[in-house]
Parts: sequence; structure tokens; C-alpha cells
Amino acid sequence: MTVAAKDLTKDYKYGFNDGDEFVFRAQKGLTKEVVADISRRKQEPSWMLEFRLKALEHFRQRAMPSWGADLSGIDFDDIYYYVRPADEQGRTWEDVPEGIKKTFDRLGIPEAERKFLGGVSAQYESEVVYHSIRKDLEKLGVLFSDCDTGLREHPEIFRKYFGTVIPANDNKFAALNSAVWSGGSFVYVPKGVRVEVPLQAYFRINTESMGQFERTLIIAEEGSFVHYIEGCTAPTYSKDSLHSAVVEILAMPGAHVRYTTIQNWSNNVYNLVTKRAIARERAVVEWIDGNLGSKVTMKYPSIYLMGEGAHGEVLSVAFAGDGQHQDAGAKVIHVAPNTTSTIVSKSVSKGTGRTSYRGHLKVYPKAHGVKSSVRCDALLLDETSRSDTYPYMDVEAQDVQIGHEASVSKVGDEQLFYLQSRGITEAEATAMIVNGFIEPFVKELPMEYALELNRLIALQMEGSVG
Amino acid sequence: MPESKVPTLDIRDLKVAVDGKEILRGVNLEVPKGQVHALMGPNGAGKTSLGYAVMGHPKYQVTQGEIIWAGESVLGKPPEERSRRGLFLSLQYPTAIPGVTTTNFLRAALKGQGKELPARDFLKLIREEVAALKMDQSFMSRYINDNFSGGEKKRMEIVQMAVLKPEMAILDETDSGLDVDALRTVAEGVNRVRGDGMGILIITHYQRILDYITPDRVHVMAAGRVIASGGAELVKEIEASGYDPMLREAGIEDEAAAAVSV
Repeated sequence: MTVAAKDLTKDYKYGFNDGDEFVFRAQKGLTKEVVADISRRKQEPSWMLEFRLKALEHFRQRAMPSWGADLSGIDFDDIYYYVRPADEQGRTWEDVPEGIKKTFDRLGIPEAERKFLGGVSAQYESEVVYHSIRKDLEKLGVLFSDCDTGLREHPEIFRKYFGTVIPANDNKFAALNSAVWSGGSFVYVPKGVRVEVPLQAYFRINTESMGQFERTLIIAEEGSFVHYIEGCTAPTYSKDSLHSAVVEILAMPGAHVRYTTIQNWSNNVYNLVTKRAIARERAVVEWIDGNLGSKVTMKYPSIYLMGEGAHGEVLSVAFAGDGQHQDAGAKVIHVAPNTTSTIVSKSVSKGTGRTSYRGHLKVYPKAHGVKSSVRCDALLLDETSRSDTYPYMDVEAQDVQIGHEASVSKVGDEQLFYLQSRGITEAEATAMIVNGFIEPFVKELPMEYALELNRLIALQMEGSVG
Repeated sequence: MPESKVPTLDIRDLKVAVDGKEILRGVNLEVPKGQVHALMGPNGAGKTSLGYAVMGHPKYQVTQGEIIWAGESVLGKPPEERSRRGLFLSLQYPTAIPGVTTTNFLRAALKGQGKELPARDFLKLIREEVAALKMDQSFMSRYINDNFSGGEKKRMEIVQMAVLKPEMAILDETDSGLDVDALRTVAEGVNRVRGDGMGILIITHYQRILDYITPDRVHVMAAGRVIASGGAELVKEIEASGYDPMLREAGIEDEAAAAVSV
């Protein structure tokens, strides 16, 4: 029996659920009981419960990363790992910062979405849209649902691939996610099927699916194509200060998967994500990664090029304003010969914002004929802005072509003057220059996202965003 | 000087410094709307600096004097304000803005001036002007000035002038770096917009462009000041004897001494 998010909230008011003999009390902190309870409420098979418990063990033993952003502000005991109590209703519309409201205005966000994004309402119903898309997908044999449903309705496929790209002991936060994961998307595309319409997580939005510990699993069978989009450019409030998601992608021979993310989490969020894809022969995997929000983001989309002729691309943009640290980059591992990869990273730092590019390019000894190019550009807008680059390359094969280019720049006085001399104000001119700087990224977004992103950058330049 | 009824670019005793060093030492110049004036002089005389100072480039500090356009001082006004009031500067080295297409650039410029057009009219206008300057339509979707040749950048400046239709345009060394054909095309572009509606100040070191555009008046600058003014015949004089005679008359030893800026 499925329990919908709104029913769970109702539960807390009364402390129990009709028909369910367990009483759930919302509690902070992470214990075996909490994990077991999550699994029980979802009515998961025992293998998943074991998986979660083993992951919990590892999480406890594993040390925090000794590199990256400052995570000392995370208090693991002060977090609700599953659901919150009913009397913690979140905020009213009055609580939403003026700057955020203005952004919603300027971006033309519809009313219903505003309440949801602003953290005022717990759910955004877009059932109608979602249902019509689902019908079309069903005809193609494409599965698109949340992971809970995926596990329940397609256990064979799910079990075959779940945790195979990112094992629970990969890192501390993958372990955490593996123990308490909930929500996220499950996508399965059969052999040869091309899904022409981008699948958007947004269609299924509710608090669970945009939750702290989302788990996404995408399987693209031989010769298939799918484009998955998650997140949104509008500022998104989250009560939860720790987001630790895991995304696994399996691209079978000749498959093509593009995964686009734009996150603009509120500035209380630690956003620590493990995203990895395995690309088989002639497969193509593209990570299009936009990091606009959060207090701290640590995210390095990665691609393991396991099959000959596979191609991987990571195109990312990071924007760090006052007090933000975007520690992002890419990891590409060339295991098979004649594989290619491209990494393009564009970072913009404003005020005291800090962006770090962390890249890992590895080429194994048998991977001859590899071509890879890395380009990371940083733009510093103010005196206090900061950007760092930590490129790491480990090339063990002969006969490879590796290129690396990096640049750091400020907004040029001459560029500003040139635009101003044509009647454009300094703020607009700065926005145009910043938008021009991230153009290689924006070009790859579906049009509505591109427009929203450009407008958002313009607002940031005007300083009118909260 | 008599008050002119025609809107005029009126530069009076202008002194300008860059990084504390005096570059313009009391420039006096008047360019009325509807006329084409040429500003000539040896390298480093301060001609380009004058253009930047009029347009309000922050590096150029006015220490004394006035810049008046159409009866109102522009001092203290940011470049975008001066542009909205009808001033235009065609740069000697136009700046590249990667990621910003020519089309978007022009659209933003027109909007900035309050001269926004409906989409179809806008596209028609810029297509016509790009074609008139013998540039391929592909330039519209290219990033402005990014990897353009010198000649293409200069022609793009004239396209901008034709699209924005300023009332007073300063063209800084538009002829430098152009081959004969490009020069003729650019000159035709200027002659097309020339008329009662526009005043033009052509800054040039050599006078090639003046073979195609006949100025109403010619001024010569050296050592940060205007040292001579006259009719179009001044151009022939310079062609024949160079700048030396005028320099000597102004008490400047030679071209090297005439340079205030490098």
C-alpha cells in the first residue's frame, strides 16, 4: 500500500496510521531504528533493508572527507532523516524574503509554484501534465516513476542495477544516502527507444521527491536515448540543511543519456551529491550541471568510459554569491581504448563567493587512442571573490591527446565601457558579460531554462535577489 | 563665439588627465550637428583621448573645462547617459564580448537608447545595415567582435552607427587597418547617414578616408591641444608638407614632442 506524503503528515498529528500497526514518532538523529522504520514504511524487500543497514554501518565508520569545502557546520544529530513532525509546518508567505519574492515576479513564476518553491506549501500538484506524459511513455515501454515505486513495481530491473554504479561504501555521503534514501527518479528506457521529450523530475514534485536524500537510477538500454532534467533556476527553499543525493546512470552500448541539473537551493543547504555514469561501447553520457544556490555544494559528476568508443561530456556552471562555496567539477575515467571526453567548467564568483573546480582525469594503461579536453574558466566579479582550480590528471597510456586550458578573468573595464557607450547601464552590461561568459552552458539548456537562467543572472547583477 | 542654434558638440578649454598625467591641455572645438569635421594630427596628440573623454570613459579624468552637447554639459554623466543623449563613439579597437551575439548586442543597445523596435522591423534593419557594409549575415549570430578581423570590427562599428542613428558621432581612426575596398565601403556607409540629422567628427591620422568623405571643417591636434583649424584645404596642406610646418608655428619642435600619450 502506498502512503502519499500528505497522508504521512496527517499521521504525525495523530501519531499513527490507520491500518498500520507501527507508531511513528518523528525524531532527529540517525539510528538503526530510524533506518529500519524507513524500510518498513516503504514495505521494502529484505535485501533493501540489509543494504540500508550495511550502508549505515559504513556511514558511521567512514571519516569525513579531508578535502573540499568546509563541512564543519553539519550536525548529523540535528537532522530529521525521514519525515518531519506535523507541527513544523514550514513558513508562511510573509516569512519568504522580499528578494526571493521579487525574483519570482521577475522570472514570472506561476502562483502555485511560488508557494511551493518558497517553502510555504508542501506540495505542488502537476498531476495532469505528469499523467499525460506517462501514457505516452507507457506506449514506448519506458518506465518513469519515483524510486520507491520503481523498487516495488519492477524489482528485477531495480535490483539488477541499484548500487552497481555507486556502491554504498563509495564515500561517507553515498553511504548516508544508501541508508536513508527516499524519493528521486527511476527511469528505464528499452532497447532502441528514443524519448524525444525531456523527462522532468518537476512533473512529480512533492516534498518527498525534492527531498534531502533522493536516489535516482537511470538505465538506458542499447541504442536508446533519454534526456532527464531536474531542479529549477528559481530560488528554492528547503527546510532541510543537508541534501545528500545519489544519481546512478547506466548507458548500455550505443545509448545516449543527457542529465541536466540546475539547482538553486536556499543558502542554508549543504548540497553533497554523488553522480556517476557508466558508459559502455559507443555510448554517450552528458552531464549538464548548473550550481546556483546552496551554502555549500560538493558535486563532481563522473563518467566511467568502460566500453570502446564511448564519449563523455561534463558541462558545468557554478555561481557563488556572498557566503557561498561551490566546490564542483568533474571526474572522467578512461578505462577502454578510443574513448573521448570533454569537460567545460565555467565559474562566476560575486561578493565573497567562492568557486572551486576540482577535476579528475584518469586514463588507464590499456586505454590507447584517448582524446580528452578540459577547459575551466573562472570569472571574478569583486575584489573579495575567490576561485580555485584543482585539476588532477593521471595518464597511464601512450598515444593519447590530452588538452587542458584554464583562465581567470574579471569583467573588463573596456568591455563594460563598450556596452555602456551604447546606452546599456553598468548593471545590465555586467549581466550581459556574465551571461556571455556562461553561454556555452546556456546553449545546451532547453529554451525556458535558458531564458530563466539569463534573467536570473541579470537579477543577481542588479543585486535585487535575496 | 556666437551661440549656435544648431545642437553642437562644444568642447571648451578641456583638460583631461589619465592616471594623474595630463593628456589634454585645453582643447577647444565645436562640431555642429549636420556637419562633418575632421580631427587630424600626429600620433599621440590626444585625438583618441578626446573621443574617450567625450564619451565618458572612467579612465579619463576631466580636470578643467567643459564638454557640452546640445546646450547641456555631459560632465559627470555615465557613458550610457551620454549615449542616450545622442552621442556615439566608434572605437579604434572595438572590444570583443564573447558569448554575446551581434544581434543581442544591437537589441540591447537600441533598448538602452529607448529606441526599441518590434522584432521583425529590428531584424530587417540590422540585416540591411550589415549587408550595406558588405558583411555576411552570419556576423549577426557571431559573438560581437570576437575573432573579427580589424576591418570587420571597423565595419561593425559603422553598422552600429547606422542602426543607432546618433546625433553626434565620433569616428576614431575608422580608416586604420582597412584595405582600399573596405575603406570605400566604410566611407559610403558614413556618407549614407551623413546629413542634417547627424554631426560627425572623423578622427584620422592619415587622410585616406577624407578622399571619400569631404569634411566641412578640419582641425589639427598636437600636444593635447587644437593647434590649427580651417577648411578642407588643410587636408591638401598636410598631404603636401606633413604636420611639421603647423607644429613649428605652434611652437612644437617635431612629431615626437607633439605626443602626450602613447
